[in-house]
Amino acid sequence: MTPALALLGVFVVWPIASAVRMSFYRWKGFGPMDDFIGLRNYERVLGDDVFRDAVAHNVVIVVASIVVQLPLGLAIAMLLNRRIRLRGLLRTIVFVPYVMAEVIAGVIWFQLLQPRYGVVDGLISAVGLTPPEQGFLGTPELALPTLFVVLTWKYLGLAVLLFLAGLQGVPDELYEAAQLDGAGWWQTQLRVALPLLGPTIRTWLFLSMIGSLQQFDMVWVLTGGGPANATTTMATYLINQGTQRHNYGIAGAASVVLFLVSFVMALAYQLLILRRDTVTQE
Amino acid sequence: MNDTAMTTNEKAPRRTRPFGAGGPLTYGIALVVVALTVGPVLYGAMGGFRSNEQLARDPAGLPDPWLLSNYEEGVLGNPDFWRYALNSTAIAVITTVVAVACGVMAAYPLARYQFRLREPLFMVFVLGLLFPAAVAIIPLFILVTRDLQIGNTWWGVALPQAAFWLPITVVILRPFLMAIPRELEEAALMDGASRVGIFWWLMLPLSMPGLVTVAVLAFVGSWNAYLLPLLLLQEDMRTLPLGVADYSTEHSADTAGVLAFTTIAMIPALVLFLTMQQRIVGGLRGAVKG
Repeated sequence: MTPALALLGVFVVWPIASAVRMSFYRWKGFGPMDDFIGLRNYERVLGDDVFRDAVAHNVVIVVASIVVQLPLGLAIAMLLNRRIRLRGLLRTIVFVPYVMAEVIAGVIWFQLLQPRYGVVDGLISAVGLTPPEQGFLGTPELALPTLFVVLTWKYLGLAVLLFLAGLQGVPDELYEAAQLDGAGWWQTQLRVALPLLGPTIRTWLFLSMIGSLQQFDMVWVLTGGGPANATTTMATYLINQGTQRHNYGIAGAASVVLFLVSFVMALAYQLLILRRDTVTQE
Repeated sequence: MNDTAMTTNEKAPRRTRPFGAGGPLTYGIALVVVALTVGPVLYGAMGGFRSNEQLARDPAGLPDPWLLSNYEEGVLGNPDFWRYALNSTAIAVITTVVAVACGVMAAYPLARYQFRLREPLFMVFVLGLLFPAAVAIIPLFILVTRDLQIGNTWWGVALPQAAFWLPITVVILRPFLMAIPRELEEAALMDGASRVGIFWWLMLPLSMPGLVTVAVLAFVGSWNAYLLPLLLLQEDMRTLPLGVADYSTEHSADTAGVLAFTTIAMIPALVLFLTMQQRIVGGLRGAVKG
């Protein structure tokens, strides 16, 4: 118990506490931290259009993940749970993107999405359409949707993995009973399997939400937050302020906002949704 | 149109097929999913066997002729690659050992002993899940490089990573340890086993599926990590993801070289995860059910 708490204290709690402290000072990273400026860093962060857009981008990713990846992941998991040939291989293949490093996936997609010379532009021209002049990642209106498509490619495997695990917990007798009652396959899935997947879906929702709020790697590799800040997230904003501009106070304030947003969403989630699970279990 | 014809045709023979077996439509969808999933990965692997000139002429084509030079000279003959691989391995091993060892030692009392602060302490770990590493990253950077003076070392990255993996480790392991029947423990006590003996000879082996799950997750997580290494490691200490990202910006004209480097870098985590896949699904199931 003690080593775990010590590790947690030194490398998790203490840095977070310092981020909070840092957020009240104007500090460039050297010399003593003594220029206390109260809430001015927060005023600057919250008044900064780039940061507000970053929050909006995070929220878009959270919502889009739920709207797109949840039904898609469920459908694929149900499909892979059917008795089809090469099922094991199929399951393995679906997990591949999830296991890859986000950076590595990002580098490959960066090549695929290269304007003009990339495969994606090539395929689009081949069917007679014109790809965007600046490339998908270079056009401000398209950059965020493109980023989201790549993220879906990367993370759908997690949803499928979890839902498959949940589906395997559904007893065969239930399917058989539904079949005897004359239910078709899709009907059985929707009426019998889906309700039983509740806890698994809620676990995934939570993981997906936290992951979307923290999104950094893929953005950094694909666009670096550009073009014209069209894909900044809270994490890229604070890294940019902290390590590249040495505005540590601003970075601290942005961290606190990121934490509060995650915390409030997690708390709301806990109160609204997870409580049901624990109550029914006990 | 074709689809509806297919599904109605499917209705009749369905009775003879086992319930839930897939029809042509199922296979069709599965094929599309597979193509979209592996397409980009295959493109990377194939691209590594091509020359830049081939890639420019036909971005989506097959290698013609197949070239080994990108893999041989650009990656496997590149001392930088092996240095990055060594750093990645060392950091992943340290992270995994520290996270799992500390994690199981914390999860054990939280699962098996009754004490007043048990649930609040467990909540500390659950709350830990909510702390994104990004929030603490700047102070962490200052702590590791200035206060502890272990910036640009394996331990400097591995210890904070292990700390951030602890919550998920504890949360996954606790249900495993809780599910072990009390009777086994009582029987062992009757036979004169000590508390440490029970932990070592009974609890650890019985919670092995959970331990394997958290160990593989921690290893792959560390192997793939980017943000923390990005801030803490430079030059010779860089890990593979940093190496890949830097290689792709430094050699942006050498697309084939970048693809070869990328392909080789993803193999270890892929192999480890895929060989352990069955166990991990089982492990997560235990955690979700518990």
